Amino acid sequence: MSLKLGVPSKGRLMEKSFAWFEKRGITLSRTGSDREYAGHVDGVDGVSLVLLSAGEIPRELAAGRIHLGITGTDLVHEKLPRWEQQVQEVAPLGFGQADLIIAVPACWVDVDTLDDLDAASSAFRARHGHRLRIATKYHRLVREFLTDAGVADFALVDSQGATEGTVKNETAEAIADITSTGETLRANHLKILSDGVILKSQATLWRSRTAAYGPSEKKALDAIMERLG
Amino acid sequence: MRNRAETLELAARLRSHFEQAGAAAVETPILQPAETLLDLYGEDIRGRAYVTSDALRGEQMLRPDFTVPVVQKHMEHGAEPARYTYAGEVFRRQEHDPDRANEYIQVGYEVFDRTNPAAADAEVFALIFEALEGLQLRAATGDIGVLMAAVQGLRTTDRRKAALMRHIWRPRRFRALLDRFGGRAQMPPTRAALLEADDPMAIDVPFLGKRSKAEIAERIEALRADAAADPISETELAGLETLLSVRETMPFALEHLRDVAVDLPQINGALDRVEARIDALQARGVNVEKLDFEASYGRTSMEYYDGFVFGFYAERRPDLPPIATGGRYDALTRMLGNGAEIPAVGGVLRPDLMLEIKEAAR
Repeated sequence: MSLKLGVPSKGRLMEKSFAWFEKRGITLSRTGSDREYAGHVDGVDGVSLVLLSAGEIPRELAAGRIHLGITGTDLVHEKLPRWEQQVQEVAPLGFGQADLIIAVPACWVDVDTLDDLDAASSAFRARHGHRLRIATKYHRLVREFLTDAGVADFALVDSQGATEGTVKNETAEAIADITSTGETLRANHLKILSDGVILKSQATLWRSRTAAYGPSEKKALDAIMERLG
Repeated sequence: MRNRAETLELAARLRSHFEQAGAAAVETPILQPAETLLDLYGEDIRGRAYVTSDALRGEQMLRPDFTVPVVQKHMEHGAEPARYTYAGEVFRRQEHDPDRANEYIQVGYEVFDRTNPAAADAEVFALIFEALEGLQLRAATGDIGVLMAAVQGLRTTDRRKAALMRHIWRPRRFRALLDRFGGRAQMPPTRAALLEADDPMAIDVPFLGKRSKAEIAERIEALRADAAADPISETELAGLETLLSVRETMPFALEHLRDVAVDLPQINGALDRVEARIDALQARGVNVEKLDFEASYGRTSMEYYDGFVFGFYAERRPDLPPIATGGRYDALTRMLGNGAEIPAVGGVLRPDLMLEIKEAAR
């Protein structure tokens, strides 16, 4: 059997992951046509490349179907409640930096902290008869963060994309999403709460704690770890 | 997992024990409309209950407890007074501890009676106490009503009192609010700047979203009024602190709380109810001299309780959740009653845990 390395299957995350390994003397490449998700590993023996959606990599690591995997801290924390027991952080990769934040309309001059958000939620609910809605796809992280901070009277509404637009469209009053430069937020007239950073995320190489490591997988893992220094 | 047949057998025995005490057995659907539960508990419930859905009925939850459906049933067509008992599965989503059951049997006893709340409290506690006899559990009790009375009677603005009441069940935020209203915590610099600004609404970003400009202006007004209000006095703050730290056997706790009432006289009514309950428990044969009372008990895990609260714990098994819990939830009946309300108190038992403890003791 070989050591399975899971890497995001498309876009900049894939390119940067490939480049990161290249720098360490391990060449990852896609084989076959552009549309075929098959890959090849050179520079170290006994490793096979598995191309996956970044969102599925946490689950595959937790299930032990891949031994190593690259994905964001945000996705690991959101999808694996007991991530410390299921995966081990091998190395932060220095790209894909993004913060999971809570943002509200910039026109809410009276709201700058979670304390303000809580008070505004209370008044909002009394006025409108429903809870203040926060659009997000990070339900668990956001709920735990707000509950821990003692914010009440909010409701999470699911938004899998274009989350910044939900406020203008009045399907949500605030959002919780990933941002790297804040540009999209500004363009949509939103601002980040000053204590509203839930998580700082970046692309990270993880090792599964649940996968089976036979002699050949162990050998391949040692060889990779040696390259990483 | 425990032998299910044994658990069901014990559950049936407990339920018939409660029936003999005068309760009518009730059944409730396993699937509950999610909206009611979300409205009551907020987003927290999603972390604790399984949610499912279909295109016709929308979101449904696998019953996380019986209290809500039993209250609804009673409010719809129950005669007064009423006593109910039930036994069945409840479902709790577990995200942190794989050793905690996500499905287990609960047996409960609920009393809806407006004649004598102290007697009803004692009745529920004593029945559950009896059912747990021989298991050597520690009982903890408390009364959220004492803290609520203390807050409602503070000499401060109604807005502050409402904010504190809203966070009775969130001790951290409650403390933060108290520090701010008591002038112990610094105002965040952004708020100070906002209050100093001549026209804080003069900004160069568009007003958007459902929260209107008027609502923003209203909150700024509220913040200004709050900044102008006197802080809650040191005497009252110290009284609240002492109140929250009371943790003694029942008669001593009451004595201690009567001392607190010198500074916080608003709690005397609630303390009279505690005293009446002590008498009622004694009349039921409960040894109150050995019963613990913690003034802050029940603040973190029992959001709908607003009076007497209790729990039974296996001291030698700190890994286990409480074996039984219960309390008074008058406010819940108000929220579910569409204008109607009835004082209510109840408790639930976990037969699976009772068997586990019994077995370990053998």
